[in-house]
Amino acid sequence: MKIPSELLYSKEHEWAKIEGDIATIGITDFAQGSLGDITFVELPKVGAKVEQFANVGVIESVKTVSDLYTPLGGEIVEVNTAIDADPAALNSDPYGAGWLIKMKLADPGQTKDLLDAAAYTGIAHD
Amino acid sequence: MSQLSADRPAPALIFETGAPGRATHYVERSRPHGEFLPPELLRSELPLPDNSELDVVRHFTQLSHRTFGIDLGFYPLGSCTMKYNPRVNDAMANLPGFRDLHPYTPDDLAQGSLAVMYELERSLSSIFGMAAFSLNPSAGAHAELAALLVAKKYFKDRGESKRTKVIVPDTAHGTNPASAAMCGFKVISLPSDARGRVSVEEIEKVLGDDTAVCMMTNPNTLGLFEDHIAEIAAAVHRVGGLMYYDGANANAIMGNVRPGDMGFDLMHLNTHKTFTIPHGGGGAGHGPLGVAAHLVEYLPTPVVRAIPDGKSDLRRAPSDGMRFELDFDRPKSIGPMRSFWSNFAHAVRALSYLYANGAEGLKSVSQLAVLNANYLRVGVSEFLTTPYPEICRHEFVASAQELKKATGVRALDIAKALLDRGFMAPTVYFPLIVPECLMMEPTETESKETLDLFIEALREIVETAKRDPASVMAAPVNTVVGRIDETRAARQPDLRWRQSG
Amino acid sequence: MGAYTPHTPQEISQMLERIGVGSLEELLAVSPEIAPKAPLDVVPALPEYQIERRMQALASRNRAADYASFLGAGAYRHYAPPAIAALAMRGEFLTAYTPYQAEVSQGYLQAIYEWQSYICLLTGMEIANASVYDGATALAEGSIMAINATGRTRLLVSRAVDPRYRAVLHTYCGGLDIEIDEMAVGADGRTDGDSVLAAIEAKNYAAVVVQSPNFFGVVDEIDARLRSAIETSGTVPIAVVSEAISLGALRSPAQWGAQIVVGEAQSFGVALAYGGPYVGFIASTAEHMRRIPGRLVGRSLDNRGREAFTLTLQAREQHIRREKASSNICTNQAHCALIATIYLALMGASGLRDVAGLNLERSRELATAVSSVPGASLRFEAPFFNEIVVRVGNAAEVLAALQARGVLGGVDLGRFYPEYADSILMTATELTTTGDIAKLTAALREVVHVAALR
Repeated sequence: MKIPSELLYSKEHEWAKIEGDIATIGITDFAQGSLGDITFVELPKVGAKVEQFANVGVIESVKTVSDLYTPLGGEIVEVNTAIDADPAALNSDPYGAGWLIKMKLADPGQTKDLLDAAAYTGIAHD
Repeated sequence: MSQLSADRPAPALIFETGAPGRATHYVERSRPHGEFLPPELLRSELPLPDNSELDVVRHFTQLSHRTFGIDLGFYPLGSCTMKYNPRVNDAMANLPGFRDLHPYTPDDLAQGSLAVMYELERSLSSIFGMAAFSLNPSAGAHAELAALLVAKKYFKDRGESKRTKVIVPDTAHGTNPASAAMCGFKVISLPSDARGRVSVEEIEKVLGDDTAVCMMTNPNTLGLFEDHIAEIAAAVHRVGGLMYYDGANANAIMGNVRPGDMGFDLMHLNTHKTFTIPHGGGGAGHGPLGVAAHLVEYLPTPVVRAIPDGKSDLRRAPSDGMRFELDFDRPKSIGPMRSFWSNFAHAVRALSYLYANGAEGLKSVSQLAVLNANYLRVGVSEFLTTPYPEICRHEFVASAQELKKATGVRALDIAKALLDRGFMAPTVYFPLIVPECLMMEPTETESKETLDLFIEALREIVETAKRDPASVMAAPVNTVVGRIDETRAARQPDLRWRQSG
Repeated sequence: MGAYTPHTPQEISQMLERIGVGSLEELLAVSPEIAPKAPLDVVPALPEYQIERRMQALASRNRAADYASFLGAGAYRHYAPPAIAALAMRGEFLTAYTPYQAEVSQGYLQAIYEWQSYICLLTGMEIANASVYDGATALAEGSIMAINATGRTRLLVSRAVDPRYRAVLHTYCGGLDIEIDEMAVGADGRTDGDSVLAAIEAKNYAAVVVQSPNFFGVVDEIDARLRSAIETSGTVPIAVVSEAISLGALRSPAQWGAQIVVGEAQSFGVALAYGGPYVGFIASTAEHMRRIPGRLVGRSLDNRGREAFTLTLQAREQHIRREKASSNICTNQAHCALIATIYLALMGASGLRDVAGLNLERSRELATAVSSVPGASLRFEAPFFNEIVVRVGNAAEVLAALQARGVLGGVDLGRFYPEYADSILMTATELTTTGDIAKLTAALREVVHVAALR
């Protein structure tokens, strides 16, 4: 199971990559493994303003469905539309081609509420 | 398992057979539609296949050979009450006087159908201890929705719209929270205690003046009787909430205990489970909604009203000496839940079943359903974990968790291996609180021999799993197809036939 | 003993012993405070031959069979070839549950896949579900789809939509904060959309709902002006079809702009049975696929590459999503959908076209005959399918007098529309005979005359 050291993590198994005031957000390798074969992702609209830890979408797999929570608050500036055609990318490359949303951060200070890779490794199990 | 084995290829889709003009003629040829309607309103093409009657008969007969029903074998699907469906019920529903009656027939020409509905309604009210039943809802989930709409309206009339929370135990059927959400209620999930039951202490933590309804089923989906039900009901009533009984498991209680006496204010029944209406591959169902006296005026419309006809008729049945009307004028009603009055043909089937049993027969039905479930439980517990090793009601759960740890074989694999051996699989992975769950409900119509055969088949599967897990994980192999690629089905949905080229 | 329980007394003893309890009563013990206080008051137990007698006696209290009937209004008398019952009543179909175990349910799954395909072909939609309870609940569920798609909470519904469907929609909306506005009926019997164009353009509505043929039998497509307002506002156009035979003649709702088509398929071989069970359908364009409620059957491959059918997209459903499901629907109407599928397979394109054509023909014969009666006239002029609205004076009185003369003349529109209390909704199908029409006409001549004297 991959837990890249340069990313930040939430307890709900999302990751965030911070570049300036832009965060890229996705779900972790552990999350995709627990969900199984992902079949569909519902993402927020570009331009939507979302609160930290809010429910912003849905991830469906063959047998289950899970809410997508955003680890950080801000304005959605881009969503990964390619995932619609190829939801399998979320299983095969959760930190790369399987990214989900990019947002302009409302408050970069919110990153203090997230975990580093070492701390996340402690909770990424059953 | 020759009926469902792979000795024949699948019949082609009906759209890929036939030839234009081949259809058997059931009516005379009509004049061109253009003689009656302007051309811009008419369709230019009707791309349906023309097949002869023989071809259609063969097509659907072959499809039936690729379908498993109770008539083929044991069907221990937990919470679904797959008991024998007596043929007399269907014959009665198909009596022309019932079958061909139009729903808008004036009441005075529909007295027979209204009498059927009345007799069924009165009997159900007595069996379950309710003041009245509505036969309007089409299925269990539909009745749940109706019940919550009744609760919502009741609270609104009392100026208690602040009651927004519906309490649902974690063992509940998935329809309970879904129905609550459809009524705009907030769902509070209640954890079961170590005994697999709702505890009074736990429920009191979430009760308050915002409590609307507590939805429970008793026995619950673990097959366990909620023995503190009277105290739970009292606690809910103390804060002004209503108790709702999910009747999916009613086959365990007839003549034994009544939801009304347990303190429930509303309930639904799945007559397609308890009263032997054929499931028909997933419907049509029939979901009568029962209520206590203070909620009767909120029931869906219409209701059957009985008026004594004043004649000194010998009263052998509840409908004798009465005339009936459909009553639509119910100012407090939540309104109708469906197009017409009831799934009436199913009301006929249910009443026919009641006539076959009477009060004593129904009591025996529930006793023997519980007997069969416990006999099966004791047998299965010799080789699978039964997490609640105590007397159950009509169903019980086993867990393949330990087997999975030891061999990798999961509940799903056991289910598929049962298909290879000519049995329907139990319900798997429900209720959610038991890992690798297998939920079994044998019903009262199965003989001891059948239960013994099933226990031995299951034992053999578990033993095979310990010796040769791969062979169990490869099941089924004797069926017309093997395991299906569900990921492909969901990622590349193919939900209809299309004309190619 | 229960009527269908196989246990011998010896077996009961053996089984109790194996379980380790002394008696059935002990097995089901409950505390005295909740035990029943009195014996159950249930219909008496009868041997099977007496059940037949009893039920036949009840069936014979229904006395409508000898009447010439012009009842319709959402439930239709059509010819159903006996091959339908012979096939649908096979025990494999009748006694199966929802096909969760696909490997032993391929036949039923294929039949439902064929049903979904038939509904798509007839409505012009991209996808259809495995059925819902009936036409009215299909409308309620279809409306919730539009509400979820748009995030708006108001519906605009034509008054020419079946009043019972609208009543059920009101019931469902009673649980949610959804408001329903109405579109008026024009003098010709069609929906009058002109007065609501501005409100639609203001993006007030999740959906606009029309029915065609509408409750009055009139072909009621969304017209060009209404359609353009709907398109620019992002409103979802919903079409209702309650007389499915009309799809054999009329162009599909897709061709006049519907995105969601809901309706009732009882006309495809399902018995009238005093109102049920019937079978509703929901079909839509591809963009609404994830919002469609209920079961969906898909075609995939098995582990050896063979074509195979399975329930799919189940993550939308209540047993997984619980309170976040797209609907609480659990059961569908599989067996009625099977009946409808067999009906369509038997009829084929040519048979369905003929049945539709005969409905057009007989209803025009009815219209001509009825309007020849002094005092009776057709209320609406717009083209119709197989139902007509006949103005007669006092509809309730006229219907009662017709009944006394052996005729069920139709449905009193005053029951639903106070302004049409002078009118009867009459239906003719391929089963309506010239003799029936003559009997109606003769009775109407006497009756309307009598009514006019009052």
